Amino acid sequence: MEEKLSFEYAPAPESRALVSIKPKYGHFIGGKFVAGSKHFPTINPATEEVLSQIARGGKSDVDAAVKAASKAYTTTWSKMSGKERGKYLFRIARIMQERSREFAVLETLDNGKPIRESRDVDVPLAAAHFFYHAGWADKLEYAGLGTTPKAHGVAGQIIPWNFPLLMLAWKVAPALAAGNTVVLKPAETTSLTALLFAEVCQQAELPAGVVNIVTGDGSTGALIVNHPGIDKIAFTGSTEVGKIIARAVAPTNKSVTLELGGKAANIIFEDAAIDESVEGIVNGIFFNQGHVCCAGSRLILQESIADEVLEKLKNRMAKIRVGDPMDKNTDLGAINSKEQLLKIRELTAVGDSEGAQRWSAPCDLPGKGFWFAPTIFTGVTQAHRIAREEIFGPVLSVLTFRTPQEAIDKANNTPFGLSAGIWSEKGSKVLWASQQLRAGVIWANTFNKFDPTSPFGGYKESGWGREGGRHGLSAYLKGVSHE
Amino acid sequence: MSNRIDVKKTYKLFINGAFPRTESGRTYEVKNAKGAFIANPCLASRKDLKDAVVAARAAQHGWNKATAYNKGQILYRLAEMLEGRRAQFVDEIVTVTGVSKAKAEKEVTDSVDRLVWYAGWSDKISSLSGALNPVAGPFYNFTIPESMGVIAAIAPETPSLLGLIDSIAPIIVGGNTVIVLASTKAPLSAMSFAEVIATSDVPAGVINILTGKKDEITPWMASHMDIDGLDISGLGAKKHVEVKSAGSENLKRIYSFKSADPGRILAFMENKTVWHPIGL
Amino acid sequence: MSFYGLVDGTEASLKKYLDSLSGVDQVGADARAAMLATRSIKTTSKRWAIDTAITMVDLTTLEGADTAGKVKALCTKAVRPDPTDSSVPSVGAVCVYNDMVAIARTHLDLIGGQHVGVAAVSTAFPSGRASMQVKIQDTKDAVEAGASEIDMVIDRGAFLSGRYIEVFDEIVKIREVCGTKAHLKVIFETGELVTYDNVRKASFLAMAAGADFIKTSTGKVTPAATAPVVLVMLEAVRDFYAMTQVRIGVKPAGGIRNTKDAIKQLVLVNETAGPEWLKPSLFRIGASALLNDLLMQRMKMDDGYYASPQYVTID
Repeated sequence: MEEKLSFEYAPAPESRALVSIKPKYGHFIGGKFVAGSKHFPTINPATEEVLSQIARGGKSDVDAAVKAASKAYTTTWSKMSGKERGKYLFRIARIMQERSREFAVLETLDNGKPIRESRDVDVPLAAAHFFYHAGWADKLEYAGLGTTPKAHGVAGQIIPWNFPLLMLAWKVAPALAAGNTVVLKPAETTSLTALLFAEVCQQAELPAGVVNIVTGDGSTGALIVNHPGIDKIAFTGSTEVGKIIARAVAPTNKSVTLELGGKAANIIFEDAAIDESVEGIVNGIFFNQGHVCCAGSRLILQESIADEVLEKLKNRMAKIRVGDPMDKNTDLGAINSKEQLLKIRELTAVGDSEGAQRWSAPCDLPGKGFWFAPTIFTGVTQAHRIAREEIFGPVLSVLTFRTPQEAIDKANNTPFGLSAGIWSEKGSKVLWASQQLRAGVIWANTFNKFDPTSPFGGYKESGWGREGGRHGLSAYLKGVSHE
Repeated sequence: MSNRIDVKKTYKLFINGAFPRTESGRTYEVKNAKGAFIANPCLASRKDLKDAVVAARAAQHGWNKATAYNKGQILYRLAEMLEGRRAQFVDEIVTVTGVSKAKAEKEVTDSVDRLVWYAGWSDKISSLSGALNPVAGPFYNFTIPESMGVIAAIAPETPSLLGLIDSIAPIIVGGNTVIVLASTKAPLSAMSFAEVIATSDVPAGVINILTGKKDEITPWMASHMDIDGLDISGLGAKKHVEVKSAGSENLKRIYSFKSADPGRILAFMENKTVWHPIGL
Repeated sequence: MSFYGLVDGTEASLKKYLDSLSGVDQVGADARAAMLATRSIKTTSKRWAIDTAITMVDLTTLEGADTAGKVKALCTKAVRPDPTDSSVPSVGAVCVYNDMVAIARTHLDLIGGQHVGVAAVSTAFPSGRASMQVKIQDTKDAVEAGASEIDMVIDRGAFLSGRYIEVFDEIVKIREVCGTKAHLKVIFETGELVTYDNVRKASFLAMAAGADFIKTSTGKVTPAATAPVVLVMLEAVRDFYAMTQVRIGVKPAGGIRNTKDAIKQLVLVNETAGPEWLKPSLFRIGASALLNDLLMQRMKMDDGYYASPQYVTID
């Protein structure tokens, strides 16, 4: 009689002792931490424990921040050579590397994402963004964007909760490298790493007012967007809010970039490397709990290999470790908020009612906190809402195709256009598909790869502009962007 | 007034990450601006050059494969280490060349900043120089700048530190490895810079520094068949013709530069163009 | 021979079978292996992993200078790795050249090691460059001397020049010689095959031909048992099981020097082929220095402080 073997991994918790969270935070304005008001709690979504109290920035806070940013721009930052500006950014990059473990733990506690991902992806990439952009500060005349490129002035930046520190880096680094000063609002549910970043700015001796952090909610964001002292707006978030911002700035001269939602197609051709494709599917939709704008949320599978791939996918999904984000072996962490969890439940219920077949990986979900098991829906077609609407959770819709052109047509049949995946071992087919797909980021035989040198952004309703690389830099220089 | 006898440094060559003496056993005298004895740096021989080329060649493949991010971080680390040892470098420049302390400070400051500038080129040069070429056919056609291989450089006599940086950094940013012959009259900056290199995570063999006489070493650099390119910015114009003539034996890419610009990086890179069909 | 009904023994059917395999993307395989290497195995699971790894070690000596004395010392260590701690399990097997098999078997039986098998390398190990006749005799000698396991090498020259049917036929013939007396491990020398596509192909070829175990390397060439190579082989045995309901074993050999490496291998097995493979009859580790590191880590876990090599035996 064969003994039932199993290799259980004992708990491998990262230590919380690395971070010290204050009971209450204000804002970071003019180089100082200042008091805030109208505090609301920020919680750990894995345990529902209250981590701290965050201030809701109001008119006076935003005014003060914009004033500080404007003063810093006029008196200091715009007068400083690119060479010196760059050295501040190098300092910031190095300090982030030094304090990387602290940042990773804080990010996981506040966001709910696994510590392995904060540690191995979010924080290293954030530091790399500063390192890359530091080197642009004194080379702007070589960027192909004009011989005397000029900054806009004050940039208002609003970032989402899915990659709090990384999104901050994507916004602040190029803005500063190009010579702008910033007022940044982190997301309501994830402000802690932004506030720790403010400490890094102090340690780097960044001149007061160059970076200002105002915490708050949607109303705070609206105050920033509409403030007359803001010259340039950068927003990452939902398409819905992106449209509101576009409408709001239409009568102004403000320059805007938007990085919005997606419903990316991940296309697996029959000549793909199957095991690596399965990893790519899993990475595409379950990385970061599916809270990824460029997530591969529609699997478009060639019919001839559909059964084989789906069986392998389910077996692979059963190995996904869901649980305590502070455990180093966790693959899938908590859903960021109750609100988001309800949205995911709502849309998956729609999937059921529309007749798609749901399958979830068997896993024990913890009692407290916000959790959703990795889930796929098969039998999905373009006419299903779950093939059309962004769920922003660990839920994959599976469609099939017969010919390559059909795959492309289905992939493109969406108002979104952020990203897409192509899996095939045939080079010419990969290049053909990448040429046909209407998406700003195309991953061939890989997925969810990011690099500071690689421009990121979407077509159509996935947004305006790019972040990263030479192309991303142009957004922060006047006269290069469109009028 | 202190009666303490100080411990004077012995200056050696820097080859393959180590500090060997010249295999020839020879040295030459370096005097200060007033003519007083300072040190006996090595008088490098053609065999030292040969050893350095072997080291540089062995290191090139691995250095080239390092990510642009990694190369940039290493160059930035060089700047960190140099900044941390300012005083030593200022001292050596003043002692050997007799310039004012202020002038020496400026040279060291510019050297640190120059390293930072080159560090920031590592992950940008191919985005600017590379291209997607719109050929008239269903082909993906892209041009990528790649490293050339092993480059030899003759650093200018002055400025002895800043000129050395310009003879090293742009060459290695592009993925090449380098053997540089330092200023003959003012070699101390170079030998101290070798100490900075040794503490900056630069893989052994990527940068090699020789001290000695230009007349002796240059012809061997020019004729060595395993050196792919030469930076002769530090060589007097009169000598250029004979170097180019000797270098033509393996078609070395030979250049002389007047300032710091990305062209110095691209000069020692080759452009590779790749075609691939687009279709089912 | 039925070859599980996958091939009929002809070159054409073998070609069809091999061509039907999907390819492996190197970057993707490397990434998956790297991700699994981040697993943090601590406390109780680490202790279990150490003991399990010990039972999977094929304690090896394959030197030109091997003598009866060396082999006997190896055997004693194999049965009782730590003379001061009888709770330490015996290893999986000892692995020697075929002219040492009789010495090993006799000595093991003498010291109460009847449960420890003797594996012999054969077929002109490590190069595999000899006539079929010699390779068969090599194997026969080992089996007759008491080897319960044969680790053969494939003809890499034949494989790399596309003569797959020759590689296949050799495995079939050696399997015949082993009969029911010995199980057959087939060594690919993955460092010479280079690509993961080749490793996958070799895996499926060897399994259809009758291998009981597929093995990465001879230990004489680097790279040997890298994580992505072992990953590809584990995926192959997993897929083969889905096709045939038969479980084939995997043996990484070479380059696994310390406990961390060994635990990474067990994690690969656990999350690729599955926990059913986590036993010596389906997973072995070819190593020599590894055993002492496992013992030292075991001591640290029991005692709470770092051990010294002085407290483990050198052979």
